[in-house]
Amino acid sequence: MNKINSKIPEGPLAEKWSNYKNHQKLVNPANKRRLDVIVVGTGLAGASAAASLGEMGFNVLNFCIQDSPRRAHSIAAQGGINAAKNYPNDGDSVYRLFYDTIKGGDYRAREANVYRLAEVSNSIIDQCVAQGVPFAREYGGLLDNRSFGGAQVSRTFYARGQTGQQLLLGAYSALSRAVQKKQVKLYTRYEMVDLVIIDGRARGIIARNLVTGKLERFAAHAVVIATGGYGNTFFLSTNAMTSNGSAAWQCYKRGAYFANPCMAQIHPTCIPVHGEFQSKLTLMSESLRNDGRIWVPKKLEDAQAIREGKLKPTEIKEEDRDYYLERRYPAFGNLVPRDVASRAAKERCDAGYGVGSTGLAVYLDFAEAISRLGRDVGEARYGNLFQMYEKIVDDNPYETPMMIYPAIHYTMGGIWVDYELMTTVPGLFAIGEANFSDHGANRLGASALMQGLADGYFVLPYTIQNYLADQISVPHFKTDAPEFEKAEKDINDRIDRLMNIKGNHSVDHIHKELGHVMWDFVGMGRDAAGLKKAIEKLKEVKQDFWTNLRIPGNKETLNIELEKALRLADFIEIGELMAHDALDREESCGGHFRLEHQTPEGEALRHADQFSYVSCWEYRGEDKDPVMYKEALDYEFIVRQQRNYKS
Amino acid sequence: MSWLIKSSIGRKFVQSISGLFLILFLLFHMSMNLVLLFSYEAYDFLANEILGANWWAIVGTGVIGAGFVIHVIWGIILTLQNQKARGKEKYASSSKTETAWSSQNMFVLGLFVLLFLLTHLFQFWYQMQFKELLMIDGARHDSAQLVAEVFSNIWIVIFYLLAFTALWFHLTHGFWSALHSAGLNNGVWMKRIKVLGNVVSTIICLGFIIVPIAVYLGYSNLLG
Amino acid sequence: MDKDINIKVKVWRQNGPKEKGHFETYPLEHISQGSSFLEMLDILNEKLINEGKEPVVFDHDCREGICGMCSLYINGHPHGPDEGITTCQLHMRRFNDGDTITVEPWRSAGFPIIKDLMVDRMAFDKIMQAGGYVSVNTGGVPDANAIPIPRDDAEMAMDAAACIGCGACVAACKNGSAMLFVSAKVSQFALLPQGRIERKRRAKAMVAKMDELGFGNCTNTGACEVECPKNISITNIARLNREFLKAKFAD
Repeated sequence: MNKINSKIPEGPLAEKWSNYKNHQKLVNPANKRRLDVIVVGTGLAGASAAASLGEMGFNVLNFCIQDSPRRAHSIAAQGGINAAKNYPNDGDSVYRLFYDTIKGGDYRAREANVYRLAEVSNSIIDQCVAQGVPFAREYGGLLDNRSFGGAQVSRTFYARGQTGQQLLLGAYSALSRAVQKKQVKLYTRYEMVDLVIIDGRARGIIARNLVTGKLERFAAHAVVIATGGYGNTFFLSTNAMTSNGSAAWQCYKRGAYFANPCMAQIHPTCIPVHGEFQSKLTLMSESLRNDGRIWVPKKLEDAQAIREGKLKPTEIKEEDRDYYLERRYPAFGNLVPRDVASRAAKERCDAGYGVGSTGLAVYLDFAEAISRLGRDVGEARYGNLFQMYEKIVDDNPYETPMMIYPAIHYTMGGIWVDYELMTTVPGLFAIGEANFSDHGANRLGASALMQGLADGYFVLPYTIQNYLADQISVPHFKTDAPEFEKAEKDINDRIDRLMNIKGNHSVDHIHKELGHVMWDFVGMGRDAAGLKKAIEKLKEVKQDFWTNLRIPGNKETLNIELEKALRLADFIEIGELMAHDALDREESCGGHFRLEHQTPEGEALRHADQFSYVSCWEYRGEDKDPVMYKEALDYEFIVRQQRNYKS
Repeated sequence: MSWLIKSSIGRKFVQSISGLFLILFLLFHMSMNLVLLFSYEAYDFLANEILGANWWAIVGTGVIGAGFVIHVIWGIILTLQNQKARGKEKYASSSKTETAWSSQNMFVLGLFVLLFLLTHLFQFWYQMQFKELLMIDGARHDSAQLVAEVFSNIWIVIFYLLAFTALWFHLTHGFWSALHSAGLNNGVWMKRIKVLGNVVSTIICLGFIIVPIAVYLGYSNLLG
Repeated sequence: MDKDINIKVKVWRQNGPKEKGHFETYPLEHISQGSSFLEMLDILNEKLINEGKEPVVFDHDCREGICGMCSLYINGHPHGPDEGITTCQLHMRRFNDGDTITVEPWRSAGFPIIKDLMVDRMAFDKIMQAGGYVSVNTGGVPDANAIPIPRDDAEMAMDAAACIGCGACVAACKNGSAMLFVSAKVSQFALLPQGRIERKRRAKAMVAKMDELGFGNCTNTGACEVECPKNISITNIARLNREFLKAKFAD
């Protein structure tokens, strides 16, 4: 018996959200004071939710693992945020944003959720401007827009190459105000290590104070998870070093379903890997594809010579260059969605045309744009990105083409939530990247910021009340309940077990092993044999972890290795579930590409008849295989089509 | 108005205004000194008749003195607070940040200028106005002659030269910094103000130092 | 071209806020100049762990120069000897074979040490909470294009808003002053119509909190501007002074 009930409101698509809001239960102001809400995470979703809930009058407890809420990885988003404002008068509308998002997600997202996302997108821009976010403007003083992958309109609002930073600082400002007004209590350098469930409802968390190493208990009437994605399963990704999937994973282990775990997005424009010591991959904004042209040499011998350092890219003649995206996708050219661009790069490199010393890179060339626009305009648009590239690679992109290669960037999969953003555990909500809800099998550029803020500012603050309205008579919880006792003991035992392995391998050493397995077998091109092999290999990694790990120091103190070990233990299990899900989904769609399922031209081949569902995994215990339930995706309003970016 | 002592920007504002006031005083003092180059007689007239022990001169002296005292006291407060804010443990590697030397050493430069000032006050002001006011015997009214006597000593001239070099450094940072602290600066004016500060500092210091040198070398009282 | 170098790293080790700290020097061989400074520290930590020792604790997160988490005072420079970048963007090609690199935590009364190279920068959050916001609740705001903002103002506000709150300004300042940080936030809002409504209250509240938390008085040395990884200009400090003084004189 599964617990899937997506609770999609009745009515025509455009009226569902209004209908919901008109009929949902609310909590009156006097009662809000009596209700505690835990929000874990202070990124766009977490900070905006905590601030909004605090303003409304709830008692909010907000947690983050960094020293300040402003460090959350939302801050690193570069390009922009989408909204259906249609300020440029180029034909945009809520419906078109909804449609592009569904199509970009390869028809694997829920219509109602995505429509709501598009609907509230405009309010986000209004809200951010009111907060003092300095978006780019035209000389007339009005807001400027740029175009982004997967869309034929310019609907992306931006603040130089630092849009995520500015939006997060906006949310952080709002959060700071709520903290000042004692509406939110902030816990920095705290990491959630378990979810506490009492009588079937989420009632609190156990968090580890990262400075003292002590475990602490926190109780509330509802728990909101806003802890981002699990991209760091791959070790190398564009995520921050501390980004992790552990909070989501604890929810999964406590009964929340995990949806579409295999859906991970590979971002096409990252700086290529250059050494074993490498700790992360740096993203170069997708906006670069507006003006940059992607190519590899046409001739195998040229590619060979470049890899050996005998030939420079600028020495390759125009007719010997293969602008493969423009060749394959004339309508969208270099602005095809991320999954398409990433696979095309991999296809060229696998065929032997890759450049760079490793052969795992393609060129992103600005020569034509610079000669067309002038160096000044180029500098104004991309100066900070070019500088960032030069600092890392020691090459000047004004003179020689940039080298890029795809890297893990975002996870569309996450905790399963219904229309109200509630998980299968009553009282447990998941927002932002931590949930699975809006991006289907692939996320469009500039949509993550939109979703995070939509959930936090405009969706959760409504929907959570529908749940909390029933809870007003429940008094503030005490943390001495046996359930808290047991959860704390469990995690304490787990920590003791980790500390007592006393093996020979550092956490990073094993994490790199995990990363290799994931990238090689659960990466951009997957097949059944490889995925089965991955599952076997992940067992070995797990074995290695639990027998050979070494954590220096003590548990009840600041211990960075213990922090990483707790996260890695979960990453290994997340990797396993990703592989299971990828094996199970015998089709290609969005970020999930099965080599067995492609068109003769090498495009992703969906099997809508069999796989038009969300795979929802239920945890069954340490040594038991998880069980998968399907949430059918019935498209009422959109006709599913094979994605076509060619014409 | 307690914010002038309680808030950091208030304290800086006091330091800024007192500094700017002292710059004005220096300009005035320097202009008067230059008279020595041309006529001892005119200088004596200015010193005795215009200033001397008149009520306005006494009030003026009081105000200027207060300006100095405030500038020094606030300078000491700011420096002590800043020492504390730096923390107990200092960096082991010395700072490689490239900043103007004067800006890092305002307190030391100021102390040196203060030392000079006390010497200078004893040499001149004490002998002239102070003695006269308190009716101490031996108040001098031959101001120009006194100047000529003092500056006949090469070591005193050298001491003045050093003091005004220190003052020059103090002012090159002090002038623009004072305007900056008072909020009178922006991206466009930053360079202009710095240049203006350098010009003003140079005029003041040259104007002051030229007198002892000229007196020592016998090039003063040129118009007799 | 990048090559491998042998270096010595002289690192500040301190077990806790109250404990006495000291320097330890660790030799490292075959460090690729293509690796970042923090990757070099990762290699050092890997080595320490393999030797059964405790790794060096330092703050870091995004490793692309935007989160503001990384710090470190390297050879006399906050964020090391390169301009306009954070420590995580510093690469080993800035160092030579045989170098001894001194790595210290931010030192300032406002930033007490937690462990080794990790410091407590909660003071910045507290200053933000004192007034670093526009007082609007979620919802009920006008259309984004309702108030046109001159492009130059928006650009100047963005220049100020680029601050990442890393604390290099305080670390570089001989007075341990946080004026660059505070002025960047005050300037951003003072330049935008949305922020102007509360400008007086904001300037007074943020400066009062900054003073209360023990940061020093700005003496306009400009060290903060030189070391700021985001090149925040000290003209913001002039603006903060102006905002503050206007607010006080208006009282």
